[in-house]
Amino acid sequence: MIPASFDYHSPATLAEAIELLGRYRDDAKVLSGGQSLLPLLKLRLGSAGHLVDIGKIPDLEYVREDGGYLKIGGRTRETALEHSDLIRKKYPILADTAAVIADPLVRNLATVGGNLAHGDPANDHPATMMALAARVVATGPKGARTIPIDQFFTGLFSTALAPDEILTEIQVPVPPPKSGGAYVKLERKVGDFATAAAAAQVTLSAGGEIQRAGIALTNAGPTPIRAAAAEKFLQGKKGDAAAIAEASRLAGEAADPSPDRRGSVEYKKNMARVLTARALAKAIARAQGA
Amino acid sequence: MARHKIHVTVNGAAAEAEVESRLLLVHFLRENLRLTGTHIGCDTTHCGACTVLLDGVPVKSCTVLAVQADGRQVMTVEGLEKDGKLHPIQEGFFQEHGLQCGYCTPGMMMTSSALLASNPDPTEADIRRAISGNLCRCTGYVNIVKSVQHAAAAARTAK
Repeated sequence: MIPASFDYHSPATLAEAIELLGRYRDDAKVLSGGQSLLPLLKLRLGSAGHLVDIGKIPDLEYVREDGGYLKIGGRTRETALEHSDLIRKKYPILADTAAVIADPLVRNLATVGGNLAHGDPANDHPATMMALAARVVATGPKGARTIPIDQFFTGLFSTALAPDEILTEIQVPVPPPKSGGAYVKLERKVGDFATAAAAAQVTLSAGGEIQRAGIALTNAGPTPIRAAAAEKFLQGKKGDAAAIAEASRLAGEAADPSPDRRGSVEYKKNMARVLTARALAKAIARAQGA
Repeated sequence: MARHKIHVTVNGAAAEAEVESRLLLVHFLRENLRLTGTHIGCDTTHCGACTVLLDGVPVKSCTVLAVQADGRQVMTVEGLEKDGKLHPIQEGFFQEHGLQCGYCTPGMMMTSSALLASNPDPTEADIRRAISGNLCRCTGYVNIVKSVQHAAAAARTAK
């Protein structure tokens, strides 16, 4: 399949890229890893008159802790996240996530920023970034601004990014001691979108109670879904089987999936419940070992 | 629409062309350069038949624009054989009967040769994980795994 004609731009600097986006506005798309955008253009599910490739712009690929945040460059490849020692050791929820996105070949090109900026509720990073209470940095003609992740996803395939803004960085608060997280995904085969998936990040108090829980669901509605009632329920609770059962029941209730070949609404809601329970159990065990 | 002059090094040889923005890397390789060893399978980023190495990294060439390869190194299945001698991965697929219809084979070999370059002694799980983005509908993967193991063992003995 061949995409409809477009013009291709390969700016050398971020400023140049933003200028191009400002010039072409809604007729332009940012090309990052291209692993969602190019299939979409090939299938002619979408079109763009201009692709602005950010591949040659320096300093957009990094994973480092700085000033109380884990900072991930917008163009960081999924494979870099998957194999980063820092991520594996301290942010296992992100290593879990990167390892189940599409397949290894796609992950060699696919980027973390693209996974978020595409605004697809079936993508995996949105839920984990919600569980982690991350924020994204959007850089536009007036400079950079930060957007809390809860305000980022505005609808199906739409985000809070302006047409002339680029998602340049993701910032995750460095978790306090006794924190742990996990991402658990049910997929029919490698490379499939999630039938359902759950992200959980918890922090335990000195006494072992849950101080904070972040829980979010993938492919469970038109946007990634935060299981707010489940999070609230867990505050101050011991992370035992009864608490996990009730929290995951609440998370399943929060799911609002559509029926498709992956399953019925009833099945998907139940899977959201089951996967939340598994993600929570794993997150709590990791927090206890941290 | 816009055309771009690109310079790509393919299997060590310089290639130059003027291409449309929308030309996919796989079409550039197959149609402009007549390197038809790289197959088009699903054409939807699933099957991995079109896998090539871009700066040494395996990618699906149906999901990369030819212009994105400008200034970079591409290696296709045609680049595996050196001076009439099969690459260990080709020898492995030959010895272990790692193919039936052969359609997925170029992609399988590109992915697994990249695996062996970074991990010369992979476990079976490493191999299965590495090729999880390359689909084979004939072999059930058993002989493909054996082929990669054969290549790994041969490369270790050769050292």
